[in-house]
Amino acid sequence: MLASALVVILIASALGYWWNRRAAQALLEAGCHPHSTPRYHGLYAFLLVAVPSFLFLVFWLAFEGPIIDAVILAQLPDEVARQLDENGRRLLLSEIDALAVGRVFKEAEPWKHALAAERQRLEILADRALLGLVTLLAGAILLHARRRVSAAFRARQRAERIVSGIMIASALVAILTTLGIVASLMAEALRFFHKVPVAEFLFGLRWEPQIAIRADQVAGQGAFGWIPVLVGTLLITVIALVVAVPVGLLSAIYLNEFASPRFRRLAKPVLEILAGVPTIVYGFFAVLTVAPALRAAGVALGIPVSPNTALAAGSVMGIMLIPFISSFADDALSAVPRTLRDGSLALGATRGETMLKVLFPSAIPGIVGGVLLAVSRAIGETMIVVMAAGIIAKLTFNPLDSVTTVTVQIVTLLIGDTEFDNPKTLAAFALGLMLFLITLGINVVALKVVRRYRELYD
Amino acid sequence: MNEIREDAAAPAPRAGRGGVDWHDPVLKARLAIRKRRERRLRLFGLLAVVFAFAMLGILVASLVRTGAPAFTQTHVTLRVHLDPKRIPPDNINRGNYRAVIKQAVLALFPEVKNRRKQREIVKIVSKGAPWILRDMVAANPDLVGRTITVDLPVSDPFDQLYKGLIDRSTPEAHRRLKDEAISRFDSLVARGLVRAKFNTYLFTNPDSRFPEIAGLGGAIMGSFYALLTCFVLSFPIGIAAAIWLEEFAPRNRLTDFVEININNLAAVPSVVFGLLGLAVFLGWFDLPRSAPFVGGMVLALMTLPTIIIATRTALKAVPPSIREAALGLGASRQQVVFDHVLPLAMPGILTGTIIGLAQALGETAPLLLIGMNAFITAIPDSPFAAATALPTQIYIWADSPERGFVSRTSAAILVLLGFLVLMNAVAIWLRQRTERRW
Repeated sequence: MLASALVVILIASALGYWWNRRAAQALLEAGCHPHSTPRYHGLYAFLLVAVPSFLFLVFWLAFEGPIIDAVILAQLPDEVARQLDENGRRLLLSEIDALAVGRVFKEAEPWKHALAAERQRLEILADRALLGLVTLLAGAILLHARRRVSAAFRARQRAERIVSGIMIASALVAILTTLGIVASLMAEALRFFHKVPVAEFLFGLRWEPQIAIRADQVAGQGAFGWIPVLVGTLLITVIALVVAVPVGLLSAIYLNEFASPRFRRLAKPVLEILAGVPTIVYGFFAVLTVAPALRAAGVALGIPVSPNTALAAGSVMGIMLIPFISSFADDALSAVPRTLRDGSLALGATRGETMLKVLFPSAIPGIVGGVLLAVSRAIGETMIVVMAAGIIAKLTFNPLDSVTTVTVQIVTLLIGDTEFDNPKTLAAFALGLMLFLITLGINVVALKVVRRYRELYD
Repeated sequence: MNEIREDAAAPAPRAGRGGVDWHDPVLKARLAIRKRRERRLRLFGLLAVVFAFAMLGILVASLVRTGAPAFTQTHVTLRVHLDPKRIPPDNINRGNYRAVIKQAVLALFPEVKNRRKQREIVKIVSKGAPWILRDMVAANPDLVGRTITVDLPVSDPFDQLYKGLIDRSTPEAHRRLKDEAISRFDSLVARGLVRAKFNTYLFTNPDSRFPEIAGLGGAIMGSFYALLTCFVLSFPIGIAAAIWLEEFAPRNRLTDFVEININNLAAVPSVVFGLLGLAVFLGWFDLPRSAPFVGGMVLALMTLPTIIIATRTALKAVPPSIREAALGLGASRQQVVFDHVLPLAMPGILTGTIIGLAQALGETAPLLLIGMNAFITAIPDSPFAAATALPTQIYIWADSPERGFVSRTSAAILVLLGFLVLMNAVAIWLRQRTERRW
């Protein structure tokens, strides 16, 4: 249905282009001097038909499902409708949906079959209505656009105004995305804070989200204090930085000051490869190679090492961050004005001294910005820790112990679960909100530091 | 003047005629220390670079080492009699292919009569083999009633055994394959009936519970649909937004805000985009779960900042003289951009887009949250059908307990990395071919 509606819109728009263009051409040949060239008359018709019809299509598709659901719900037998809560309604709707497409898992009551048939009828009706309305709309606009063609009509300005509108709308998508993130996280987090007090979430020292989903399930009461999760995240972040910062900075210093141009040309792309490896690959690497190696080392030294240590996840995350920090530091070092370097060398400093005492201190703000961005990446990094870190939240600072992180909890709480009404799934959104706020704060500061530093030397 | 002379004289009392005595042992010792420090810094720097390289090397080597075996699959040659009694010619799909295969396997060991041992023997052939045979017969119904020679995949433990991944020296109690099974399989090898073939299932089959016939076909199609959706959405929107911001937007609070917004969006953790997709696309708009289309929409939101930033850089690189010349000839501002600046910036934009899509291809977390990690044994036929993607398939396999999935996970990663290398190579090729110095 979507495809045929799109085809209708495309054909109507192309028709509009061709029709208006021909009309304008005819004007031109008749000796009038149209304000705009035929091409713009055509483009005007094309855009005028395509944009509203397409928007109509998108709106229709967005609201078709919910409206059909509402109609179906309105037809429920009274005694059923009265005892249903939000959740039950959802379940019932998906059951009717399954019946409608012919997937029957268990014997259903006759009224459900009736509703399923009704649903199917409504869907076919909606599809036909959509196609009809789109055709009607596109046709009407087509006729309207054709009537606008005249020598005085400023088709170019009109078309350009529509194009400007499209461009502005596209730029607003970025804002809408941010708004969508904030709104969805806030909405679900607020629902979570209705069930769990904010203070308990922010200051609680126990994180045990394994609460009963069904009434008959045996599980703990559940505790939602995020401090242990936060501590685990910070522990892994610190480990990652301990690996990434020295290695990243030293390799930047080497590549920037000491390496031959040939070596540099070879080394930079290799580092970029390291940056381009998907994080799930690093995660599997941590599980496959690094964790067993650490365990073997632990056994050899007689130290107890847990199977999914913070150290394994953190160090692999550090490897992932090396190219990130090194390229930031390299850029910062290259941005230090040549005069500072030359001045230092002219005073007799060695290249090493120039680097450590002149260039590096001057580049510090840029480097700090890069390290901050790396911190925000480490906090938000998901797949490495999902695969290599633990699930159980433990309040510990021991890198050989197993800890969990904010992102691990988000993923484990939400995988295979779509019910939006129990604290367990809602907790993921509260964690997501905290994650978003923390990384946003760090990013804003980092970008500001980097920008101010750039202004310093530009 | 005096001060300078005093300063210069103090550390080097034996300086002659205002010069520096380069043979002064104190000076030489100090210089040696300074040079040593420099060499140390240099060495540490080199070590850091080497460390990074070594890590990349170990990463790739360990993946290749564990992944390489998955590119072949051990097959056993059977003479299968397609008995019309078991496979009714009028209803080929309902035939009892398992019984047919069982018969063929048991025929290789006529001496075994014990029921329990026979059941053990049948386990040599993959549990997925009946479906493979069924597809063969369905493609060529004339086969029914004939006896054919086919290569069928062996089950995972024997596959591991043939590849030498099972240590025969471990005590029998700790081994999954008992001595008897091994000796039977060895007799098949001795008879020349066992052979390793290139594992085409890895690329064509959908996921399966049996490692020997599990493949990436479904995941590759899922990733393809998701990337297609991502491209169709993010490419035009990204370019339009970038053109507006770079060429038309007035400098005011609103545009500043949009700009800061885009920069920050580029650094939002990917899992947060997954939460957005889950709450908005699945929760509010009720779009289907596990659908590549939804995954593509989430990836498009993530790729958008990358494309916008790349497009703006490419537009900035077009010299102003082009714009001025076009404006001078009477072109409107949009004509300048769309007829002159944009075509010149296109190579840069395409390069940035391909790199953005390559990032999107490797992205896992948001796809997990919208359910693209389901166990799906069909290759999706549309962007709205439930599917996995390459990275989520890797995640599923990495979590599977069967041993055969370890090497398949590595193989899947190698396939994913292969696609990434390919995309980046295209981007680099494009950049080098069309790069223009102004």
